[in-house]
Amino acid sequence: MSGSSKIKKPKVAVFKFASCDGCQLSLLDAEDELLEVTDSIQIAFFPEVSRRMLKGPYDLGIVEGSITTPHDVEHIRDIRKSCGILATIGACATAGGIQSLRNWKDIKDFVHIVYASPEYISTLDRSMPIGSFVHVDHELRGCPINKYQLVELISSLLNGRKPQIPTHSVCVTCKEKGTTCVLVARGIPCLGPVTQTGCGAICPSFNRGCYGCYGPMETPNTSSLSSRFLELGLTQHEILLAFRNFNAYAEPFRRESESHEK
Amino acid sequence: MANNGFEQPVFKIQSDEMQRLLDALRQNGYRTLGPIIKDEAIVYDEISTVGDLPRGWTDEQGPASYRLVKRNDDAYFGFNVPAQSWKKFLYPSERELFRVRRDSRVQSPSENRESSLKYAFIGVRPCELKAISIQDRVFTSTEYKDESYSGIRHGLFIVAVNCTSSGDDCFCASMKTGPMAKRHFDLSLTEVIAPSEHYFLVEHGNELGASFVRGLNATEASEAEMNVAGDLIERAGKQTRRIEIDRTPELLSARLDHPEWNVVAKKCLTCGNCTLVCPTCFCSTVEDTTDLIGSFATRRRKWDSCFTLDFAKVAGGNFRMTSRSRYRQWVTHKLSTWVEQFGTLGCVGCGRCITWCPVGIDIISEVQKITET
Repeated sequence: MSGSSKIKKPKVAVFKFASCDGCQLSLLDAEDELLEVTDSIQIAFFPEVSRRMLKGPYDLGIVEGSITTPHDVEHIRDIRKSCGILATIGACATAGGIQSLRNWKDIKDFVHIVYASPEYISTLDRSMPIGSFVHVDHELRGCPINKYQLVELISSLLNGRKPQIPTHSVCVTCKEKGTTCVLVARGIPCLGPVTQTGCGAICPSFNRGCYGCYGPMETPNTSSLSSRFLELGLTQHEILLAFRNFNAYAEPFRRESESHEK
Repeated sequence: MANNGFEQPVFKIQSDEMQRLLDALRQNGYRTLGPIIKDEAIVYDEISTVGDLPRGWTDEQGPASYRLVKRNDDAYFGFNVPAQSWKKFLYPSERELFRVRRDSRVQSPSENRESSLKYAFIGVRPCELKAISIQDRVFTSTEYKDESYSGIRHGLFIVAVNCTSSGDDCFCASMKTGPMAKRHFDLSLTEVIAPSEHYFLVEHGNELGASFVRGLNATEASEAEMNVAGDLIERAGKQTRRIEIDRTPELLSARLDHPEWNVVAKKCLTCGNCTLVCPTCFCSTVEDTTDLIGSFATRRRKWDSCFTLDFAKVAGGNFRMTSRSRYRQWVTHKLSTWVEQFGTLGCVGCGRCITWCPVGIDIISEVQKITET
C-alpha cells in the first residue's frame, strides 16, 4: 500500500497461535461476502492464504489461537503494538481452547511422553487466552466461530458502528427458532442456559444438548444448572466433564468444573 | 344462560366434521395453524388435515419438565398448553423494520406486508385467548399502534377450544382466564368423548363464525350435552395451583425487599426462557446493521428479555445488574405494575414459565413465599 493512494484502505492481518486453523478458515468460508470488500480492505498479512506478507502497522489484527510458549508471549505483544484494533477469534484465543485441558496437569509429563527429545521443547505450563497478555478490543467466541459473526464484526468496523454480537444465553436463540427445549422435554443435560449464543443453537435443533462451544454467557449461573444436572442423574464427574470442554479455562466454566472435583 | 356455562345457540358436530371446518377455512384463504407433535412436544405449526393434530396424545407438565404421554382415547385436543404460545405468529421473533440506502431514501419493506395475511388459529386455549387480548391492548392501542401486529391480528380467525383437563402447572382458574372461553373468539369448541360418540359443541362469537357453522353438518346441542361438556370444563377448573389475584399486586409491590428475592436469584439462570415462552411478554430490541460496503443499513426488531444484561443498559450504566433485580422486575411487572400500566394483570395462568424454566423456578411458590411470609 503506497502512501500516494488517495483513499487509504484498511490493512487487515490474520495471525495464528496454538489452534487448529478452523477459525481462520471461516474467513475463507465467507468468501462470497468478503469478495464485496476486496476493493475496500487490503489483506496485508494472512499466511494461510497468501505468501505476500506486508509489514505493519495494521488497522485490524485478527488473532486465532492460544498462547502456549514464551515466544508466543513476545509475539502477541509485538502484534498488539502493530495493530490499531485487535480482535480475537475462537475458543483458543478467547479462553485457551481445548488444549487448556493441560492446565490441570503437569506439562512435563506430556512432553516426556510425546517428544523423543523433550529438552528441545520450550513451553509455558498453561495454555492461555490472548486477553491474559494484551488488551483485546473485540472477541468472537466459538469452536469454531460463526462466519456470519465474523462478517458482522468486519462490517461493523468498516462502517464505524457497534458490532451486533449478543452475549445472552443460547436459550434465547432456541426460542426465536421455535426449537423445543431438550432439557425440559427430554431431560437431556444442556449447557445452553449458561452458554453465549452465536452458533444458531445448532445442537438443540438436532435434539442434542448444547456443548458450550461459545463459552460462558454474560451472567452464567453454572452452579444452579449443575444442581439441575444432579437431579437429572448426572454424576459429579459427568458435570465436571461437561464444563471442562472447548472453553474449559474460561473463568466461570473453570470454577464450576473445579467445584465438582473429588 | 344455563348454569353449564354455555350461551345459546350451541351446536353439535361430530368429530369428523373438523376436517370440513379446516377445509372451509382454507378455501376461504386462511392459513390454518394448530397443534402438532414435533420433537417430543406439542407445538403450534401449519396444519392442513385433522391427521396433523396430536390425536390421542397428552402432556404431563411440571416444574422444568414436559413429557408427551399417550391417552387412552382419540381426543384431538386432550392436551394442555403447547410449548410456545401463538405469540410467535402474531409477533414474530424477528422482523425487518426498514432499510435506509446511503442516498437517504427510506425503503420500508414492512409496507402492509402483514395486512394481507389470513391466519386461522385452531385450538386457542382460554388462557391464550386472554393473552392475545392483553397483547392487543399493548400493540393495537391507537396511541402506539404496531402496524405489523395489528395487520396480522386483523386477518386472524380464532377457533378456541375449551379446556376439558388441566395440566399440573395450570392456574387459569385463579387468574379468571379459563378454563372456558367467553369472548374474543370466532368459534369456540368443546370436545366431548362420550361412550357412543365423539363430538364437539360449537359456539360462535360473531357473524363470521356463524357463517362457518352453517357450512357444517351441525345440529342443535341438547341441554344434556351442554351439561356433560360443562361438567368436563368445570372439572378442568379444579386446579391446585392458584394466585390470590385480589391481594397479590399490592402485596408484591410492598415486599420489594423480601429476602426470598435473594434466594430465587441464586437459582435463576437469567437465561430468559420464562419471558420468551410467556404469551404476554412483548419486549423487543432494535438492532441496526449494515452491509459490508455500507451501501445500506437495516433496522430489525427482535424479541428481547428483561433477563438479558443489555436490556437495562442505558447511557451511564445498567440499572439491573443483579439477577435478583431482573427476576423481581419480571414478577412484579406480570403480577403488579401491569395493572397500573394496562388495566389487567400480565399473567394468564398458562404455567409455561414454570414448565419451561430449565431449573423449575415456580412463580406460584415464589409469589406465595413473598406475599405470605
